[in-house]
Amino acid sequence: MLDTLDGLDTLEVVRRRRFAARWGVGAVLVAVLGWLVYTVAVSPNLEWTVIGKYFLATPVMEGVGVTLVLTFTTLGVGLVLGAVLALMRQSRNPVAVAAAAGYIWFFRGVPLVVQIVFWFNLALLFPTLGFAPTNEVITPFLAAMLGLGLHEAAYLAEIIRGGFLAVPRGQVDAALTIGMTRAAATRAIVLPQSIRVILPALGNQFILILKGTSLVSVIGGGDLMTRAQQIYGQNYQVIALLLVATGWYLILVTVAGVGQRFLERWAAR
Amino acid sequence: MSAGGLRLRGLRKSYGGMPVLRGVDLDVAPGEVVCVIGPSGSGKSTLLRCVNHLEVLDGGFVQVDDVLVGYEPREGKLHESTEREVARARLRMGMVFQQFNLFSHLTALRNVTLGPVKVLRRDPAEVEREARALLDRVGLAAHADKLPAQLSGGQQQRVAIARAMAMRPSVMLFDEPTSALDPELVGEVLAVMRGLAAQGMTMVVVTHEIGFARDVADTVVFMDDGVVVESGPAERVLTDPSSARTAAFLAHVRRHPEKETDHAQNQQS
Repeated sequence: MLDTLDGLDTLEVVRRRRFAARWGVGAVLVAVLGWLVYTVAVSPNLEWTVIGKYFLATPVMEGVGVTLVLTFTTLGVGLVLGAVLALMRQSRNPVAVAAAAGYIWFFRGVPLVVQIVFWFNLALLFPTLGFAPTNEVITPFLAAMLGLGLHEAAYLAEIIRGGFLAVPRGQVDAALTIGMTRAAATRAIVLPQSIRVILPALGNQFILILKGTSLVSVIGGGDLMTRAQQIYGQNYQVIALLLVATGWYLILVTVAGVGQRFLERWAAR
Repeated sequence: MSAGGLRLRGLRKSYGGMPVLRGVDLDVAPGEVVCVIGPSGSGKSTLLRCVNHLEVLDGGFVQVDDVLVGYEPREGKLHESTEREVARARLRMGMVFQQFNLFSHLTALRNVTLGPVKVLRRDPAEVEREARALLDRVGLAAHADKLPAQLSGGQQQRVAIARAMAMRPSVMLFDEPTSALDPELVGEVLAVMRGLAAQGMTMVVVTHEIGFARDVADTVVFMDDGVVVESGPAERVLTDPSSARTAAFLAHVRRHPEKETDHAQNQQS
């Protein structure tokens, strides 16, 4: 017990050791990670030269291009269709609400890979579409885009709806009292405010789409994963080409993360 | 009927079988200030929301100026208005909400200019001049470029009043405009409302501020259980009510002035 606070400032203060746990945990992690990298790196079964040879090879670069195109078209299709679905879900028309709910229920429930294979094999169900043979219309790329886009729309619809719900209802009431229609209030009041809520979830979804495109390799969609598979199908360097693909996916996801941060900063203005 | 008058006949509204308004009649002359008082749940707020058709009426008629709201009389029949027609009729009534309901992504100035520019399609430069003058009148000239989140509750409510006034309404409806405010901010909002009343604005004010009703209102209406129990000159109703229910309510409010306000707030949120 201290009787007085006088003179305390003359005593030396011994600081508590704060970071002992950090150093300890850090050391263990570095050791484990180092060991993992080392064993993989020195493994005689892994051809580093193969990775170097294929990382920037034309087929791989083409695959990266297809992956990016697929990702952005999927996002575009998903956003437009998802916004329509979210608006339907919000509307006061029970038919529209039921239709949107049914769509979301179905396309969230069917695995993406099932859909991709389905669209690819649409010819089995409808041999012709209009005048053209189905197999000429539904290219692997289009099948991939349909499967990914329709699937993604269901998820984005729910994300967008969540964004709408985050805008207080009273603001719509206020917009109506200054003579706006519901549609005008949605455009001028609800949409701009919901974007800020939607963006973080959207960034996450973008990354999921980016990686989800690899599923189109099951129909030879021509994306990064398809190309990697085609190459290791010939030279049997499975691990090396998976690492090539992994490297590219990580690069793309990293760039997407930076882009997301910029977008969020822009929206928060 | 000349500009600025409001007539209500037999307004009925129930929610899920629970009657909230059970036939409300009310006449408001041009330039008249009517304060509606009554216990929580007596239907006061619903009344205002029905007057400007934010809620669909179950029965009854609303007339503002010489316009019937919600129906178009044609060929000896009443045709239910389209959304656009309701929106146009609503322009005649400004509304101020308990929770302010400012558009939170827009500055105070943009909150005020949105309606005149988007709905009335007036010249933006002229509207902005007028909006700045309106903000000056409610004492917020210096805060024109702030977002709602940067303003106090009292300031937000004054912006909301300016936003409603910018549409040049014939009637202003106030739904417990000071109930969500800290006690020290109530005065500044009431002062603005006093100013409007002095300039001859037709006003219907749902309020718990008995003092304000006594000072400013021409007529006080006491509502309970979905009907108008008593209405008459403010001084007479507040000092010498003819109904026992009015007397009981006034006695209760005088004994627990804050409690009544708090109660109303909790009901809303």
